[in-house]
Amino acid sequence: MFGGLITADLFGSFGKAIIFLASAVAIIAAHGWFERDTEHSAEYSVLILFSALGGAVMVSATSLVTLYVGLELQSLSAYVLASYRRSDDRSAEAGLKYFVLGALASGILLYGISLLYGFTGTMNFNGIAAAFAREGSTSLGLLFGLVFVLAGVAFKISAVPFHMWTPDVYEGAPTPVTAFFASAPKVAAVLLGTRICLDALEPAIEAWRQIVIFAALASIFLGAVAAYGQTNIKRLLAYSSINNVGFALVGLAAGGQQGASSVLFYMAVYVVMTLGAFLCVLWMRDENGEPVEEIAALSGLSQTRPAYAAALAMFMFSLAGIPPLFGFWPKLLVFQAAVNSGLVALAVAAIVGTVIGAYYYLRIIKVMYMDEAAAPFGRVSQPVQGALIFLAALIVSPLGYLLIGPLNKLTDLAASSIF
Amino acid sequence: MLTLLIAIPLIAGGLCLFVKAEAARWIALVATLINLALGAYLWAAFDPNGAQWQFVENLPLAGNISWALGIDGIALVLIMLSVFLMPICIGASWRSIDKRVPEYMAAFLLMEALMLGVFAAQDLFLFYVFFEGGLIPMYLIIGIWGGAERIKASYKFFLYTLFGSVLMLIAMIYMVTQAKTTSIPVLMAHDFPVDAQKWLWLAFFASFAVKMPMWPVHTWLPDAHVQAPTAGSVILAGVLLKMGGYGFIRFSLPMFPEGSAYFVPLVFVLSGIAVVYTSLVALVQTDMKKLIAYSSVAHMAFVTFGLFAFNQQGIEGAMMVMLGHGLVSGALFLCVGVVYDRMHTREIAKYGGLANNMPGYALLFMVFTMASVGLPGTSNFVGEFLSLVGTYKVSSWAAIVATTGIILGAAYMLLLYWRIAFGVARTPEAAQMTDLSAREWWLLAPIVVGVFWMGIYPESFIRPFRADVARLVERIDRAAPAGDLNFKPGKPQLQAEHHAAEAAH
Repeated sequence: MFGGLITADLFGSFGKAIIFLASAVAIIAAHGWFERDTEHSAEYSVLILFSALGGAVMVSATSLVTLYVGLELQSLSAYVLASYRRSDDRSAEAGLKYFVLGALASGILLYGISLLYGFTGTMNFNGIAAAFAREGSTSLGLLFGLVFVLAGVAFKISAVPFHMWTPDVYEGAPTPVTAFFASAPKVAAVLLGTRICLDALEPAIEAWRQIVIFAALASIFLGAVAAYGQTNIKRLLAYSSINNVGFALVGLAAGGQQGASSVLFYMAVYVVMTLGAFLCVLWMRDENGEPVEEIAALSGLSQTRPAYAAALAMFMFSLAGIPPLFGFWPKLLVFQAAVNSGLVALAVAAIVGTVIGAYYYLRIIKVMYMDEAAAPFGRVSQPVQGALIFLAALIVSPLGYLLIGPLNKLTDLAASSIF
Repeated sequence: MLTLLIAIPLIAGGLCLFVKAEAARWIALVATLINLALGAYLWAAFDPNGAQWQFVENLPLAGNISWALGIDGIALVLIMLSVFLMPICIGASWRSIDKRVPEYMAAFLLMEALMLGVFAAQDLFLFYVFFEGGLIPMYLIIGIWGGAERIKASYKFFLYTLFGSVLMLIAMIYMVTQAKTTSIPVLMAHDFPVDAQKWLWLAFFASFAVKMPMWPVHTWLPDAHVQAPTAGSVILAGVLLKMGGYGFIRFSLPMFPEGSAYFVPLVFVLSGIAVVYTSLVALVQTDMKKLIAYSSVAHMAFVTFGLFAFNQQGIEGAMMVMLGHGLVSGALFLCVGVVYDRMHTREIAKYGGLANNMPGYALLFMVFTMASVGLPGTSNFVGEFLSLVGTYKVSSWAAIVATTGIILGAAYMLLLYWRIAFGVARTPEAAQMTDLSAREWWLLAPIVVGVFWMGIYPESFIRPFRADVARLVERIDRAAPAGDLNFKPGKPQLQAEHHAAEAAH
């Protein structure tokens, strides 16, 4: 469509479905969180929608130009969203940090794009693939372009070593916005990365595979280790999202249709888990209805609010990838893809990372279930959000395994559409 | 049938969450008793001479996981052990758990469902899901209802066992990729390349050795046992440890015969160290539960000895040790629980002279002590004897080292019994303890029956799995290590000629 700028394939549709659902949840999540009238005005929804649109362009882009346009549309709205709570210093700081670093990343990406364009003479993914196939990965210019593009994408998905902004921005941004950041833009960027790597850069797989493997392992281990000392649950979830992106990258490193399919599956389940977890965080309020973010505030939650604690515990176990919860299955799929491509060592290293990561998820469970009860949270009466938490918990519960069939079929079809 | 067995505790566990403490106790008890009845039916209906896999169910779930259940004799007896111990566990926690009872009962029932799933699963990934899933309820049981150091113990338990199992997952994925199937029975007959077998064996070994536990990765066990509530220790020692042995029988041996044979020396050395070292450690313990925990490690070494002997006696013996140890160590933990409920200490030095004021308790404790030592006529004798015979055929040195374990076992168990039951009470509280209540009699009496039944007529337990062990031995025979005691038939004729020649001179 539009002269090969954008495509409407199943891969893109799959990504859009997740992005729009996540955006809807982010809009619902804002209800009752912002102060009505003064803060929660129409701009919030508009910005989310713009950002979602940008994400939608990203996942269906088949040309470097549309890719960049989509990415910028998505990012610019996100910068504003991060600083949406103008009166809050932390929010403003988050917005500024996000913007400065994001602009730098965009610059790097743009530089990469210009290199690719300069050396291949085309913006189109197919054309770039053809150029790579022709010249091999011997051309230094092409390699530089590839590295810069991947660096730009790595920033967007907050993969190590381009992750530094994530904890600060996640912590500072208003919680509904953080929930949005951790879901929709992340899916968009991961899918975008998947499409670039497996479509445009497919012939240069040996070149980018090392980079992706490094980013995957570094993300997994750093995400696991750095989360260790966190006391703020939003920061902890930020590291958890870095860690999880690492696993999605393991699937990408595997390459091929199975790899792409496992990435799609991973992101779909990841979004459910992470949105569920953030909705739970959203409900952490003190008696006056003010949000709290300290992990210590969760102490003994299982005694004061058993259902709430059980839901959060399920999300934590699921994010850690412990069976029988559903979060185990996408991890299994990415490992399977990796083993199938002969990357056994990568799979072993990544799975050792899950054990390290399990520690901090367990810590949340320990605080909720084994510590003495702290001051109970104030009640939040948001039936829609409650229903969403329930739905997400239902999906990550072992009942989620019933979804494997349809979801597998869908991701396989979607993955085959980019080859 | 097997689905029902798994579903009942699951549903009952869900129900428990919505009711008050007393109702939760009764729901849990009734559910576990129904499961016991179902297990008894399975045992009766199982045909030892019939097909290898019985009560088979298969419901493809999509992807590469299917709800495939089925049991052979080996799984059957372990399922029996689980369903037998569960009502006893619920009974043991009847009054000693008084906070958050509904959640406790729910965790226990979930635990039961997952344990039964492990033994019944016929799909590789389904097995893994059950195997790993068991960590969650046990983590909560130790962490919420445990002793003073419960947090540390629960972390140690969880992370240790998780670390072991994740490597197994990669090995499983590799196997599925190679063999293109997730069905355990098919994989049991699949021949992997010998080089791959070694790696796969190591990955599985990492998981099962931690679960078992073998020296030197046993350190989580004493902590977990000491901190867990009584019923938690019973189920941990009684059933969870058996998953390691079951894993060796179900996966390591039949799937990687050459790999197993290659690593026999490693297993024997580790088991030998375990027997001697942990027995010596048990000798100097001052905490009753810790002593029994270390004795578990030593007993489990008999299992690994027997399994890796590659012969019928050894493997049957290993199975019997697992069953016997499941009953006896469970019972010993219950015995500790009985006095702990009264005095709230596990220090051996605080007790003494219990034979005077608790004659019934002293009697039962004596029975279990003797069973643990391996007195003929009790359950453990059969298993230990068989596995030693099996080991002796392969390596006489290993058998000699293993036998010292029996002597040391007698030493620490008798020492424990002597210090607790005989002499005079060391504290006034100990002298005032009352004898077993009717509930405690009901909990311990069935185990006594089981211990003697297994010791006097082991045939009823061996029969279901004899054919399965024979199949296993047939499968792994090609890789069986040559023993160091190959008695060659003598040549009497030559001898006779020699004598004749001598006589002629």
